[in-house]
Amino acid sequence: MKNALTIYRKELRSYFVSPIAYLLLLMFALIFGFFFWNSLGYFVFIGMESQMRGQPMPMNINEQIIRPLLSNISVVGLFFIPMITMRLFAEEKRSGTIELLVTSPVRDIEVILGKWLAACSLYASMLLVTFLNFGFLFKYGNPDWKPLLIGYLGLLLQAGALLAVGTFISTLTKNQIIAGAATFAICLLLWVVGWVGDYETAMWATVLSYMSVVTHFESFAKGVLDTKDAVFYVALIFLGLFFTARSMESLRWRS
Amino acid sequence: MIIVEELTKRYARNTAVDHISFRVEKGQIVGFLGPNGAGKTTTMRMLTCFMPPTSGSASIAGLDVLEHPMKVKKHIGYLPETPPLYPEMATGEYLQFVGRLKGLSGGELKKRVDYVCERCSVADVRHKLIGKLSKGYRQRVGLAQAIIHNPDVLILDEPTAGLDPKQINETRDLIKSLAGDHTILLSTHILPEVEQTCQQVIIINKGKLVATDSVQNLQNRARGAVSVLVEVASRSGPLDFSMVQKQLEQVAGVSRVLYRGSNSGFSSFEVESEKSFSRGDVARSIVNAGWDLNELRPAAISLEEVFLQLTKSEEKPPLEAAELAGVPA
Repeated sequence: MKNALTIYRKELRSYFVSPIAYLLLLMFALIFGFFFWNSLGYFVFIGMESQMRGQPMPMNINEQIIRPLLSNISVVGLFFIPMITMRLFAEEKRSGTIELLVTSPVRDIEVILGKWLAACSLYASMLLVTFLNFGFLFKYGNPDWKPLLIGYLGLLLQAGALLAVGTFISTLTKNQIIAGAATFAICLLLWVVGWVGDYETAMWATVLSYMSVVTHFESFAKGVLDTKDAVFYVALIFLGLFFTARSMESLRWRS
Repeated sequence: MIIVEELTKRYARNTAVDHISFRVEKGQIVGFLGPNGAGKTTTMRMLTCFMPPTSGSASIAGLDVLEHPMKVKKHIGYLPETPPLYPEMATGEYLQFVGRLKGLSGGELKKRVDYVCERCSVADVRHKLIGKLSKGYRQRVGLAQAIIHNPDVLILDEPTAGLDPKQINETRDLIKSLAGDHTILLSTHILPEVEQTCQQVIIINKGKLVATDSVQNLQNRARGAVSVLVEVASRSGPLDFSMVQKQLEQVAGVSRVLYRGSNSGFSSFEVESEKSFSRGDVARSIVNAGWDLNELRPAAISLEEVFLQLTKSEEKPPLEAAELAGVPA
């Protein structure tokens, strides 16, 4: 696994020497900040209104700010995943450096793990920056921090699953744009398939809505660690990485 | 060091490498020659465990490429046609990364990086980003990358492609200097390169092995008959070249004399022989006849001609078949 660490360090470094990482951090922080400000504003508005009516409503920061905020972010994440994974293998294939990796005494799985973990780390650092927002909540209010942490764990798991899918798609082409666009399409699809469950109750609809990566996030947003949902994400991670390994192997037979 | 037996790579529609067998002994530099698309890169990729062969076997340092790919990879340094470089990394950092991938660490890694930087003269660009380096430097960084783990076997795919003449010379010298410690298999389609750097040549065409021999033997083989070029001048007026022809034909061992034309008073002839003859006899016969001997040199056939002859003969059969098909029965 020492080799995985070597690959991991190299990948993380190349994210952070190029503008990609900073651009993603900035955009994510901006969008997160906007959503935060928005839910906070709405929370304050509801509070004022209920006071004006003279009948105070139960107010809860966790339920009314953090939960909708995290739900929104779980969707926003879908738009950022392709930008993180698109270059992982496509770039190596285009520039020919894949030959170096494949002809070095390194196992495929070490290369894949190193790359995927680097992608996860970039996403994690994007999430880390957003903690700043919650600083205000803790300073002026007293939200419960445990559901918040579980929510973040959910965001990481969800991103890990989608990043594994994105890594797989990146092995299929030499073209970063194609890898990015295809990953984006798959991410969107994995979100919207859940919608059929809203009006259809047949077996196939249940299966489809079970496949939605956003539906499985609902329990995490509530601050509930549901094994069923965690297992879904972990299974998707394994599936994505397994297909990546297969694809990397077939690269040798095809090229 | 490298043993290849009946190596074959078949794709859906074509056969890129067709039952190739050869051996490379330890410490040799071997040129792997063939026109573009002959299957050089494919063969090299099979040797470096980049892709598995369809059939046949190859072994490096006694290890089969299919059975022990991990061990084989440790014994091989590989420079693909486009050096596998990361433009966003600095040279030293890149070499460290590759060294780690190849299993080096700690003080040994540092020592090897220093050594290869010195050896491939890239020490002065150690802290420069690879993306900013010139083509010659990149090629050298590519070579440095290939020898970082001190491999027994070096496989270089067109190491001088796209370099200017000075860089080509430098790269060649570098490769030659590496020969003692490493066994080198280098592919190219530039012939003088093989003549200058390699001891042995393997020629392939359309996936098939055409010849494998030493450079010297190949030249001799293609030459068949021995021949020399002679340039003669006369002091007294114009030279009667039929006289010269007659005179030369009398020399023992000469089978044929061809007139090759005249230029500013000098006439050239090609003297051919089935077996051999003394060049001294030729010279004496000319001088005794009262002519001036301006030049006398063996008509060395360059590897280029050998190569063209060998690869051309392979192309003929389909052409004849087409001609036959065109003839109405």
